[in-house]
Amino acid sequence: MTSRIRVSADAPWYDLFSRGARDWLRHNQKVRQAVNERLLDLLASGDFISHPTERTVRVPVRMLEHARFRLADPQSESGAGQGKGEIGDVLKPAKPGAGEDAGKGGSGQGEFQLMVELKLDDLVDWLWEELELPDLKPKPTAPIDEDELGREGISKRGIRARLDRRLTVKEAVKRRAIQSEPVPFVDDDLRFRQLKQRPRRATNAVVMFGLDVSASMTTVERQLAKTFFFFALQGLRRQYHRVETRFIAHTTDAWEFSEKDFFEVTGSGGTMASSAFQLALGLLEEHYDATQYNAYLFYASDGENSTEDRTTAGESLRALAERLNYLGYLETRAGTVRFAQTDMRSLMETLAASGAPVGTHIVSEKKDIWQAIRQFFVQQSGQTART
Amino acid sequence: MATLAEYSPQIEALAQAQGLEYYTVDFELVPENFMMETAVYGLPVRMPHWSFGVRYIHHLIQRSMGNSRIFEVMFPGDPCHAYLVDSNTLPENVLVLAHVLGHADFARRNALFVRSMAMAGGRILEQAAARAHRIEEALTEYGQERVEAVLDAALSLEAHIDTHRALHRKPYAEPAEADVPKPAAHPFRERYKELPGEAPPVREESGPRRANLPPHPEYDLLWFIAQYGPELEGWERDVFLAVREESFYFYPVFACQIMNEGWASYWHACLLREADFLPQDLYVSAIKAHSDVVRPFVSDRQLSLVINPYHLGFSMWERIVEAQGIEAARRICSEEDDFGFVRNHLDATLAEELDLFVYETAAGGETKIISRDIHAIHEAILAPKFNFGAPRIAATKIDLDGSLTLTHNHKDDGRGLDIARAERVLDYIARVWRRPVTLHTVDDEGAPREISRRAPKSRASD
Repeated sequence: MTSRIRVSADAPWYDLFSRGARDWLRHNQKVRQAVNERLLDLLASGDFISHPTERTVRVPVRMLEHARFRLADPQSESGAGQGKGEIGDVLKPAKPGAGEDAGKGGSGQGEFQLMVELKLDDLVDWLWEELELPDLKPKPTAPIDEDELGREGISKRGIRARLDRRLTVKEAVKRRAIQSEPVPFVDDDLRFRQLKQRPRRATNAVVMFGLDVSASMTTVERQLAKTFFFFALQGLRRQYHRVETRFIAHTTDAWEFSEKDFFEVTGSGGTMASSAFQLALGLLEEHYDATQYNAYLFYASDGENSTEDRTTAGESLRALAERLNYLGYLETRAGTVRFAQTDMRSLMETLAASGAPVGTHIVSEKKDIWQAIRQFFVQQSGQTART
Repeated sequence: MATLAEYSPQIEALAQAQGLEYYTVDFELVPENFMMETAVYGLPVRMPHWSFGVRYIHHLIQRSMGNSRIFEVMFPGDPCHAYLVDSNTLPENVLVLAHVLGHADFARRNALFVRSMAMAGGRILEQAAARAHRIEEALTEYGQERVEAVLDAALSLEAHIDTHRALHRKPYAEPAEADVPKPAAHPFRERYKELPGEAPPVREESGPRRANLPPHPEYDLLWFIAQYGPELEGWERDVFLAVREESFYFYPVFACQIMNEGWASYWHACLLREADFLPQDLYVSAIKAHSDVVRPFVSDRQLSLVINPYHLGFSMWERIVEAQGIEAARRICSEEDDFGFVRNHLDATLAEELDLFVYETAAGGETKIISRDIHAIHEAILAPKFNFGAPRIAATKIDLDGSLTLTHNHKDDGRGLDIARAERVLDYIARVWRRPVTLHTVDDEGAPREISRRAPKSRASD
């Protein structure tokens, strides 16, 4: 007998690489690309989970499927099986609620979900590019409040610590090039960096969010407000050194909340917007020196306000507007198309007509949010540019 | 692993005494991860593509749930390559060794395998590795985007080859003179011909003739695109042909799965029975492993909606050898594929003994036994194997502007295509074909449906 078997067990390199892992990484890269391509939709869908502290956003996505030609799903599927049973025996009962979906996603490959984690900073940068948003300028009336030392110019004299070696050597080289009997270094070669005191503008901002949580605000409307607030805040964070936030919810009365609780709050009863405006004004006066802070208020509501509150609200808004860089009013009207002018909107419009920095954004669907964000930032930069 | 080497000569002696014939088999003990990747890619070394990554993760997840275990992977050739997992127990590996010899014997006898090897040679693994290497080089030279676009298209058409034709095909014959319509007689032309020194006008070489491509519906889409894709670059053509060559290699394994696994199981059982040199405990464990492999149901179930090919094939071969003798079995082994094997040799008696049935799952998920008729059972077993498991789609026309028409043979398939997926495959194809691609199929109601896609405009053509 001639043996035709060879057995070997020495294949050390097999452990060293994984093609599967490599192709999996490539798949994930492609998922990221795909996510980027429809990021606007994804973000607006509010389908992401954000951790403000971790500065990342996680988006749930499906795995990609490499398409093949396949027959359309049949009305009913048949196959061969094995086991006891009579013709007509039911082997598996109908799945409740399956019906429609059962056939559709049934490739068996799309069922696992991935979480793609995106850096919030990258995301916001990307968003700014995508929406072609301008950079904001701090309020020009914000006075000079801090000095900073910056480099400015070069001098032949100075202290040793500010000796610029690179420039000094350059000078020496130049000199030596034109001298017939060069010496390595002379005092005249030395170059020192100069420092200068420069005034710096205040780049602190306080952003206040006001939300009407009265019974008429639905979950969907709150979700719209949340998404808008989220990106407006991200945008401002991008502009300012330090951003402080305040969260105010109101029904007929107003309270301050932590960010975490803010969007969970539900209230009942009527709406007195003035309560929130007064609270905001109080906070500003108490904690934020007008010379130190740029102040923003975003206020979201469905537009309804108690009629007897109209005068008070108008007055407190006017007082507030004087302290603010911008007052953004977001009117959420999920699902309903209301052409009628709302109380709140007419208040804001009156205010805007008098020259106050007020903007009104009406949002009824998720995709409107980008329009609103865009409008806000464009308006902002326009305003500061004009003054 | 000295111990497996200890028993292997004795098992081999038994195999040869039983008349098993095979090319040399190289056994390698490999880590489980390597084994799993080999199963995912279909070959030990193969081109990279993100879709393998997806399959890889699914396998990983399934393995972590304890669902699938792969004992061995065997690649026919000369020599054959067999990979065993180094964490298999010794009894398992003894069984697997015998099992692999059964596969090797099958590959040497079966007509499909013999033909495949005659066309492709016996060193497909090495060739696949070389092709993978060339694709790696293309990745460096042309960049990921471009190589991936070609692989997206080629791999999605993986099953669209024509196994009735040869692996190495020549382009279609130029149309014979007789086929070209002669210009009709015309008084002017006649007078022109009579002018002194005027040769008959030379027929234009290219152009109109392309309209005749392909001369018949062409089901080998990989070959057709490689051969006739306008503007396809050399390396892109190579990628298509590489995928196609590997598909040709996979086809016999696919088309003979029941026979082949059954044959290997028949022989490992047979060799094991005679292996009196094995210690008692090892023997018992090996028999246990055998019954795990060929059992019809998952552990505690009494019913299954998939038929275990090991079990079915094994039962059929036992029956055939019992009734007709080993020589008849060997003849069947060389002549049939699963279609002939099941239709000709799975009879009503055996189907009844095995409790085979046909079931139907309605849209709501309700699953019922609908038939125990033997012909219905045959067709239910074979339906997924029809046409390499893919819809019947042929290239039917290249227009003068180079645009391509594909036609789905929905009559053969009984219904139309999944439109969303078909559109995406057309996108893949259009990117490499670089001209519009149109597909004809039918929708749910059976009405004609046409899908067209064109290549994206901004393609770097460096």
